[in-house]
Amino acid sequence: MRIVVTVKYVPDINADRRFDGCRVDRDPSVGTLNELDENALEAALRIFDGLPDDEREGSEVVALTMAPAEGDVALRKAFQMGVDRGVRVTDDALAGSDYFGTAAALAAAVRRLEAEAPVDLVITGMAALDGLGSVVPALLAAELGRPALTLAKKVDLDGGTLSITRETDEAAETLTALLPAVLSVADTANTPRMPNFKLIMAARTKQVEAWSAADLGLDASAVGDTGARTEALSAAARPPRPEVELVADKGAGGTALAEYLIRNELV
Amino acid sequence: MTEPTQTQPDANRTVLVLLDPATEVRSSVLELFTLARTLGRVEAVTLEAPTVEVLAQLGAYGVETVHQAELPTSALAPAGGGDARHLPGVVGAALAAAVRHTDADVVLAPASFAAKEAAALAAHALGAGLVIDAASVGTDDDGRLVAGKRVFAGAWDTRCAVTADVAVLTVRANAVVPEPAPAAVATEVEGFAVDLGGAAPLPTLVERTPKVREAGRPTLEEAALVVAGGRGTGGDFGPVEDFADALGAAVGASRDAVFEGWFDRYIGQTGVTIAPRLYVGAGISGAPHHRGGMQASQVIVAVNSDPEAPIFEICDFAVVGDLGDVLPQAAAAIRAHKNGSQEA
Repeated sequence: MRIVVTVKYVPDINADRRFDGCRVDRDPSVGTLNELDENALEAALRIFDGLPDDEREGSEVVALTMAPAEGDVALRKAFQMGVDRGVRVTDDALAGSDYFGTAAALAAAVRRLEAEAPVDLVITGMAALDGLGSVVPALLAAELGRPALTLAKKVDLDGGTLSITRETDEAAETLTALLPAVLSVADTANTPRMPNFKLIMAARTKQVEAWSAADLGLDASAVGDTGARTEALSAAARPPRPEVELVADKGAGGTALAEYLIRNELV
Repeated sequence: MTEPTQTQPDANRTVLVLLDPATEVRSSVLELFTLARTLGRVEAVTLEAPTVEVLAQLGAYGVETVHQAELPTSALAPAGGGDARHLPGVVGAALAAAVRHTDADVVLAPASFAAKEAAALAAHALGAGLVIDAASVGTDDDGRLVAGKRVFAGAWDTRCAVTADVAVLTVRANAVVPEPAPAAVATEVEGFAVDLGGAAPLPTLVERTPKVREAGRPTLEEAALVVAGGRGTGGDFGPVEDFADALGAAVGASRDAVFEGWFDRYIGQTGVTIAPRLYVGAGISGAPHHRGGMQASQVIVAVNSDPEAPIFEICDFAVVGDLGDVLPQAAAAIRAHKNGSQEA
């Protein structure tokens, strides 16, 4: 069983996130592993842990990211959770990639891993907390020509059949697919493990493998700014909200609230 | 400066709006029709036959044609059972086929997770440009589609232009106020064939249970007024729900409250993302996760017993107090006001 988990290096949502021109400011002092990818890593490690001993031989969990060199922070965190390998795709030609460029680059990296030995499963988080698009998992599946089981709340793997349940806005669904497949897991799917001392020590010696666009045989005109089908025009911080009107409830707080809503024509 | 240019509708621009399901027209889809009319000629794409009531509503909103996908039987009655026509892979293929069939220039879809995936897969198949969760849509001097987005938990506004021939956008609820067309039109339904052969293999749908919409309350995604409860409710959503009903608001919760099993749907950057006219948070501290789902709301009000609650930093109006005292009193005052207005 070989599982690839895609992870993203993003600004911490607790930090003051900013744009630098039209690009997300990837200030390394606040850069971290996208929190939602921890659910994807946990899902992969649980599948790995559940393998019979004879199947663990030759099995591995690989964390894959597309990022500048600072993105190793995300892979280090993945190592600390227990993944075996970390691959970073880094190339100036990839900067400014849209959803499709991102999916194409990640798919090319999966295919390169596939050239070593079959990749049974690609697992992603439900979204990256910087962009919140939630579409790269489906696009990655389309690029790879594999079925996509997305936004899983519950994951079961029985032999070569992957089964999930999920809640969409419209319905509760149970879906299955044969491996190889692409899976995205919701933040409600599991509780990610905390790194233990042994894993933290082991993570220190692990090396990140860095691949370029050329290593992946990527057509540079199809990725990055050049290949993007949208052009960023501007990014501006919104003005701060006016000072809050704060009322301490001394018995008439509810009335004050109703009056505020009526005054502002919200009732 | 951050808003796209005000647009004159272009009669040569065809705008397809995703209407799925086609058994009712949600207010988010009425907003899409309203927005689409500012861009060009409006047509709808469905995966099933629209009802008579739906057709009348489409006519009122200026939709001239409904393109109804004719799907292969493998999608309608798949081996695993269940009706697979609403799966993003099927909807995405239908949208792409509809664009090719009509030579459309723009596709608008709502901002649900399923519609986002369908939009992305359609754009992938078409080589189109994709914008997810636009808060405003217009055009620039060259006729390119320009979308505004609110990002980083509502703290930044970004704009981008679509540079490909076809633009596919998902649009956030409450981006515009739905308005019928100045004159109603007669709506025609036309079929078009969808071939699922070219797409990635679909998963097997084993079971699908449509959600029952709560009668009498607006849906959280689409509501103009939202009241949400958090850990401070201690598990009793009674005051939150009663206050919401007094206002005619939808009810939501924080992720904590849902994890505790007190409520079923949470507002947050990985849950339901909302941008209503009014958000009232009761007993919600305002963790980054929650703020990411509601900070784009127009007016933000909080009730919290903790004077240091971080949500107060992003509020317009707040009461420091026990929500069990404040909300019932406010609900009574609002009901009295509404009754008074009716009598007057």
